[in-house]
Amino acid sequence: MDIEAYIASGILELYVAGMLTDEENIDVYRYAKEYPEIQREIEAIEASILALTRTAAPQITRKKGFNDLKVRIGQRKDTTVVQLPREKTNWSAYIGWAAAILLGAGLFWFYTESDQLKSEIEIVREENEVLEQQIFEARNSLASSERLLDAIRDKNINVIPLGGQEVSPDSYAKVYWNKDEQKVYIDALGLPDPPDGMVYQVWSLKLSPLTPTSIGLLSDFATDAEKIFALANPNESEAFGITLEPDGGSALPTMEQLYTLGTVSSS
Amino acid sequence: MDLDELVRRFQKKDIIAFEKLYEMYWENICGVVHTIVRNKNLAEEIAQDVFAKIWNNSNSYNPSKGRFFTWILNIARNAAIDEIRSKSYKNQKKNLSTDYFVGILERGDDLDAKVDTEGLKKLLNKLTEKCIQMISLLYFKGYTQKEAAEELAIPLGTVKTRNRSCISQLRENITLKWT
Repeated sequence: MDIEAYIASGILELYVAGMLTDEENIDVYRYAKEYPEIQREIEAIEASILALTRTAAPQITRKKGFNDLKVRIGQRKDTTVVQLPREKTNWSAYIGWAAAILLGAGLFWFYTESDQLKSEIEIVREENEVLEQQIFEARNSLASSERLLDAIRDKNINVIPLGGQEVSPDSYAKVYWNKDEQKVYIDALGLPDPPDGMVYQVWSLKLSPLTPTSIGLLSDFATDAEKIFALANPNESEAFGITLEPDGGSALPTMEQLYTLGTVSSS
Repeated sequence: MDLDELVRRFQKKDIIAFEKLYEMYWENICGVVHTIVRNKNLAEEIAQDVFAKIWNNSNSYNPSKGRFFTWILNIARNAAIDEIRSKSYKNQKKNLSTDYFVGILERGDDLDAKVDTEGLKKLLNKLTEKCIQMISLLYFKGYTQKEAAEELAIPLGTVKTRNRSCISQLRENITLKWT
């Protein structure tokens, strides 16, 4: 075989162009295997076409590349989709964090708010109890006041004003005496609070001769808001006096400490 | 690893071998497609599709029926020509010269992509217009000998030898360029 003539025929150029028949192609393939000159010639022709086609390629700055191709042939998950929204995922991450922080802050706020509301409810409940207690006490107080008022309005009541004496000229008191019920109500609002360790003692007096009889003590004087004290008085009293005595009272009145005194008007 | 071995591995679906072939021939394929479609982005897109097609049809390549490059060159040409025959492309560009390749050279063509026009000129230096047309028709456009002979108005029997002398001049220019 004349290799040079074969090469010079131009068949190898058409072989590279892909313009030969299948039979011709197989022939060239066999000759190329057999004759290295032919193989080299084919490669040289191909190299010239490669150079030409490469030079005709556009200059692409950011090629899609093999990774994009891998995606197209299913050899790779679509990384471009993962890469492109990277900034977006950042944004959504920021939004996520912001939402989480807001939610946390909101929950904390609700928690403290509900805590505060609970304690406020507790306070209101306590206040309520106090008010109920006060209403209860006020009702009691009203009832006792009404009883007291009824008592001193009784037609059998004798009212004896007691005037201030030397020790305490500004002091005064009133005795409401129901002879039938043998009871006296002492209104001691006009007396000063007794000093510690002392107590007021109420005396029923006979005038001639002067005979004092104790009818009782004004105990818990300072803490009694109304300063009205009910005492039993079975005596035929002609006058009433109030003296300041040591705690527990005395058998006889200390006349130097006579605060108020008043005589029963003979009717 | 030589080309034959790479191609064998590629045909056994070796993705590494395929990547090497891709690196070797991507620019060539893109260049061929670009010469026809004249749009950088479209050329790249089609070139990617061409390689996907190559991968999916790797079994249909038979080394005894031609060079590997010849095989993929044919697939690329067909893909590019299919594209410009598609309706959408016709709407885009109506005036396609019969000789795409010459067009690039003459007009320093393509509005949207820079082609190495200087490199092309060097490669095609001293080649006659008929030679450039011949190469363009046979290698880029996929004309048969008969079609090329008719297009160039030359006897069918002279296509082979004329083409050989044209390629020889091209090879000479490459040698000059690289020395």
